[in-house]
Amino acid sequence: MDNKWVIETQDLTKRYGNFTAVDSLNLTLNKGEVFGLLGPNGAGKTTTILMLLGLTERTSGRVQVLGFDPARQPLQVKARVGYLPDQIGFYDDLTARENLSYIAKLNGIPRVEARQRIDSLLARVGLSDVVNKVVGAFSRGMRQRLGVAEVLLKEPQVIIMDEPTLGLDPEAARQFLAMIREMKHEGITIMLSSHLLHQVQAVCDRVGLFQKGRMVLEGPVSELAQKVLGGGYQLHLEVNGQPAPIERALLNLTDVTDVTHAGNRFTVKARRDLRADAARAAIQAGGNLLALDVDAPSLDEIYTQYFQEVEHVHA
Amino acid sequence: MSMLKPALSLPSDQIPGKQSDQPQVTQPATRRGREGSPWTGLWAVVTKDMADHLTSTRMRILEILIVLTAAGTVYAAMQTLRTTVSEDPFLFLKLFTTARDPLPAFVSFLSFLVPLIAIALTFDAVNGEFNQRTLSRVLAQPIYRDALLMGKFLASFFTLTLVLTAIWLLIIGLGILGLGLPPNGEEVVRAFTFLIATIFYGGIWLALALVFSTVFRQPATAALASIAVWLFFIIFWGIVADVVAQVIRPITIGMPQELLAQAELAQTLARFSPNTLYVEAMMGLLHPAVRSFGFVLPSELQGAMLGAPLPLDQSLLLIWPQITGLIAGTLLLFALCYTLFQRQEIRA
Ligand SMILES: Nc1ncnc2c1ncn2[C@@H]1O[C@H](COP(=O)(O)OP(=O)(O)OP(=O)(O)O)[C@@H](O)[C@H]1O
Ligand SMILES: [Mg+2]
Repeated sequence: MDNKWVIETQDLTKRYGNFTAVDSLNLTLNKGEVFGLLGPNGAGKTTTILMLLGLTERTSGRVQVLGFDPARQPLQVKARVGYLPDQIGFYDDLTARENLSYIAKLNGIPRVEARQRIDSLLARVGLSDVVNKVVGAFSRGMRQRLGVAEVLLKEPQVIIMDEPTLGLDPEAARQFLAMIREMKHEGITIMLSSHLLHQVQAVCDRVGLFQKGRMVLEGPVSELAQKVLGGGYQLHLEVNGQPAPIERALLNLTDVTDVTHAGNRFTVKARRDLRADAARAAIQAGGNLLALDVDAPSLDEIYTQYFQEVEHVHA
Repeated sequence: MSMLKPALSLPSDQIPGKQSDQPQVTQPATRRGREGSPWTGLWAVVTKDMADHLTSTRMRILEILIVLTAAGTVYAAMQTLRTTVSEDPFLFLKLFTTARDPLPAFVSFLSFLVPLIAIALTFDAVNGEFNQRTLSRVLAQPIYRDALLMGKFLASFFTLTLVLTAIWLLIIGLGILGLGLPPNGEEVVRAFTFLIATIFYGGIWLALALVFSTVFRQPATAALASIAVWLFFIIFWGIVADVVAQVIRPITIGMPQELLAQAELAQTLARFSPNTLYVEAMMGLLHPAVRSFGFVLPSELQGAMLGAPLPLDQSLLLIWPQITGLIAGTLLLFALCYTLFQRQEIRA
């Protein structure tokens, strides 16, 4: 049993009757990594998560979470892994504290210790004012924060979250992402699924793109951009001078795929971050460089482009 | 394929003893290979659920109902008992069984109220967690499903025991005050065994409603199904038993043996109803004069004075099968529920 990986799956497969929900998944997560699961509805993200936790039995394949097999040693896994389900519910007629106390008891955390942890966690997620309010009166965002407090209660080594920012307002989502970075800082390994691509891009070290039960793309966003978009960097230049020679000079740079301009604003599409070369080229072509900016490739574009290509192939 | 396809869609490798039809299974995840105690977290579940039950409005209403019933019927029984001779050696037991127009005896109320309380305790035990979406969160904690289900059952069972014991003590207390004398030892044993029988009679309905709460996603459906089964046994089962007995053991020439065979079959069938078992146990315990539930042949009567009370041990022997029947029914239904719940997808 090698403990190099925090999560490791080999040919993990789940079938419901004849339907294959997850198909031969091979996935590894490093300690302290934030991994994003992406993909259309029904792609198998939730099913994968449930198998990692031992909440659904796999059909075949191998899974190790922190060196434990979730099907045979579910208690070991669940004592160390925090799970935030996609549809998070609490006992509506219990208070925030009572809800967390119950979870603490199920985890066998001693009473006094549990009380301290609950107080500090509720403060950390900004719910100190409503500790003794019944959860039935909580808003969606408050429940989500309570969910985060609950996940942290057992001091997990791994946190798995299914669409954690669903239904959060932009400010709440921003705070939530900050919280994820904090947890990563504490050395917690995190796996999250989401449909909000810019959020995934903002926090994830690596993403996996699921389609019909298979992981079709996997890697850091920049690598995927290379694979799918062939780069995907966009440079914005503001240059005073003759547009024609400047445009020609920019087009002649290696790794540039396209140049357009409107007035003195040029847009360059490139496979790499070409800021330095573009600035030099513009100046050498007799222009006065006023501004220079770059858009890194966005996950949004990668996602859209990938699925357009796939549709194209199928059509 | 429906996204909401509910229970019972797990692969065959989960059914114990059944070989998986997928040869590539590298680690058939059978429950036998699990590590750790299935009862981890049991008491956390029991205490939480019991606290829920004891503070719920639903239980308050039922408690008030049963206390009023007990007080009313026992008071009425005492009025009757005062006017009759107080020579009876089992005066205390009469508190439970004496009816006075227009009120039926307390035990008749009990055979109605106990199923009602039991069903009210568990009809939303499992599907309630589903609908509140707390189930996946709770099962993501280091406990097995066994602990959750067992905890829910025990919490309801203890609540029922608590309520019934309180009522039992209330009646004994009222009796001591009203009749002015304490119960004798035999009466205490008989009344206590009757309490046990009542608790397990409730246990059957608890387990039945728990089964329905696992099968049906809607608590209202589970409650209706439980009440339907209860009404079926109360109203129709006796008729069904008679009809089936007439078909299987028809009376062709009118021999006494034929009559007896038919009646015995009808009685056996009737005993599949928990109500029959409970009523028989109640008769045997609270009416010491009852010596048999079957048909007494003249030979059996010889030497036994009709109407003379049966000794305690004989009475206990008489109703022993009924009590074991009630306990066995509770355990069987719980086992069924357990199997269903183990194989259920927890995704809402
Ligand atoms: N109990 C079940 N029985 C049959 N099929 C199921 C069951 N549960 C899930 N599925 C199917 O498995 C597939 C994968 O579902 P899953 O929930 O993993 O998708 P997802 O990637 O999480 O989708 P979403 O983005 O909508 O949350 C879906 O097509 C779904 O219909
Ligand atoms: Mg999902």
